[in-house]
Amino acid sequence: MKAQTLTPASKSGRAAQAAGDRRRGKSKSDGWWPWLFVVPTVAGIGVFYLWPIVQTFYYSFTKWGVFGGTKFIGLDNYVRMFADSTIPQSIVNTLIYTVVVLLGIPIAVILASLIERPGLRFATLYRTLYFIPYITMPAAVGIVWRLIYNGDFGPINWFLGLFRIQGPYWTSTPGFALLAVATVGLWMSLGFNLIIISAGLREIPRELFEAAEMDGASRVRQFFSITVPLLTPSIFFVTIVTVISGFQLFDLLYVMMGKANLAMPQTQSLVYIFYNQAFLQNDKGYAAAIGILILVIIALLTAFQFRVQKRWVNYV
Amino acid sequence: MSESLLSTKSGVESRQIASARPSHAGGKPSEPAGRDGKNRGTKSHSAKGGKQGSNVLAHCVLGIGGLAMISPLLYQIVMSLSTNAEVQSTPPTLWPGVVQWHNFADVFTSMNFGSQLWVTVAITVIRVIGQVLLCSMAGYAFARMHFRFKGLILAIVLSIIMVPSQLFLIPQYQIIQNLGWLNSIAGIVAPGIFSAFGLFLMRQFFMGLPDELEDAARLDGANPFQIFFRVMLPLAANGLWALVIITVLWSWNDLLWPLVVTSTANAAPLSVGLSNLQGEHANNYPILMAASLMAMAPILIMFLLMQKRVMAGIGRSGLK
Repeated sequence: MKAQTLTPASKSGRAAQAAGDRRRGKSKSDGWWPWLFVVPTVAGIGVFYLWPIVQTFYYSFTKWGVFGGTKFIGLDNYVRMFADSTIPQSIVNTLIYTVVVLLGIPIAVILASLIERPGLRFATLYRTLYFIPYITMPAAVGIVWRLIYNGDFGPINWFLGLFRIQGPYWTSTPGFALLAVATVGLWMSLGFNLIIISAGLREIPRELFEAAEMDGASRVRQFFSITVPLLTPSIFFVTIVTVISGFQLFDLLYVMMGKANLAMPQTQSLVYIFYNQAFLQNDKGYAAAIGILILVIIALLTAFQFRVQKRWVNYV
Repeated sequence: MSESLLSTKSGVESRQIASARPSHAGGKPSEPAGRDGKNRGTKSHSAKGGKQGSNVLAHCVLGIGGLAMISPLLYQIVMSLSTNAEVQSTPPTLWPGVVQWHNFADVFTSMNFGSQLWVTVAITVIRVIGQVLLCSMAGYAFARMHFRFKGLILAIVLSIIMVPSQLFLIPQYQIIQNLGWLNSIAGIVAPGIFSAFGLFLMRQFFMGLPDELEDAARLDGANPFQIFFRVMLPLAANGLWALVIITVLWSWNDLLWPLVVTSTANAAPLSVGLSNLQGEHANNYPILMAASLMAMAPILIMFLLMQKRVMAGIGRSGLK
């Protein structure tokens, strides 16, 4: 309850804090109190996240023995990686997957601009419907989709059959399996994109649309001249998130295809190879090198996007 | 590169938090309600008949799309109530001849659903409690207190958010193995109690709170613990909700880590249990559908009960 009366003042929170510091009299330190607050979390993060990064980096230069123990082998894992034909294939697979999921962003923009129309009824219901796939468990959802894609009695192939089209065995045919998984990825991420883009839409001042309407601009014209340009920061954000999570594809692939699937070698992602090498083949040195590769690719793609954003993102 | 990435990302974060706050400030009023109020004031729309027409079109697109979005769920519900023969029939069964409610009970006898549900609930509850306590305390200190190396530690913590989780997995696995925690709830839970992202989220939230009350409490002689637990933590309720929701979702749905640290069906959470079930009971489709439906149900119910909080929480989270 107190929060309600106080929150309006929070905009000046930072300034007030600075003033508070001054009032307290220049003391730049709160003694040992902060450490009581900080040490448990920072120590946990150090043990479980920071130090593991260092270790993985080191492991990427080692070979793991059958009976435990690691041997330093320099760049051998990286050399092996460049010669391994499954690596470029998995990168291409991940790119295809990511591109399909990216197609969800324009769809989300159109849907959001429809939902966020002033005074549209059932807007909350629509938001709910589109958001549900995002929160569902990938392992559970993958099982359902496997059935939907079933080559013999799945509803998709039944539907295609109405047009005398013989549908493939979606999840066990190399080219189709990837598309099948990617479509589910698109379906799952749409709700998240929609929420972020809707939030961006609500920040656009209504007056802009009213002014455009006075000037006789059509709805379509308003969409392309006002909505889309002013949404570019939100679109940029969901693009970054989509690419990062695309390159970490694992859950859906694993559940929809399964370890024994013969199409897996042509369909696997980098993270699947990582998992396979580290925990099924117990080749943790090579897996660590693949982990580093994933990091480098994500960093490069993200850096590239930040570089290109200046050309198309409008910050007000 | 990482520096520019960090600054822009935190910019996105704080912008979202800042923009989300006014809607919560007044207690219940949600964004849509606020919009409707605002729209009533503007004369231009709803006056013209043409707009009503285009709203019909919008309803058509949104309705058909929305139905398509949840159709896998509806299909799953129908299949979970059918016989195996009905699932494998063409054309697809629209509604089972006799509703097979027992499929849901059979889930408990044909897989380790009970123990896996228990593991899933336990790891989620422990993670939520751990993160809420630890992340809020650390976030508070980073937002409101002064200590040496604060900036440096925060920068390191932030850079961890950028790193794909695969880079932690092998050493984390070794830690859990050395502790003898494989196939245990402790092993599944341990790394997820700590979260660089949660720390950052709570820090951003505490940054935006006013400090008049804090100052007043300090003048009254309260120590930092008392100030934090009695004054600041209640004010951060919205931020805590976001953290709770993200943690619940992440913990409930996570697959890769529990897959790595569990090898027995009893120790695994539902996510792992379901993906293994596919191999063992590949042909008992109604049971598979019922099991996966029951595994998703708690999250779906949570979402339907507190939609606005969940959406705001996810919107605030940015990255999952």
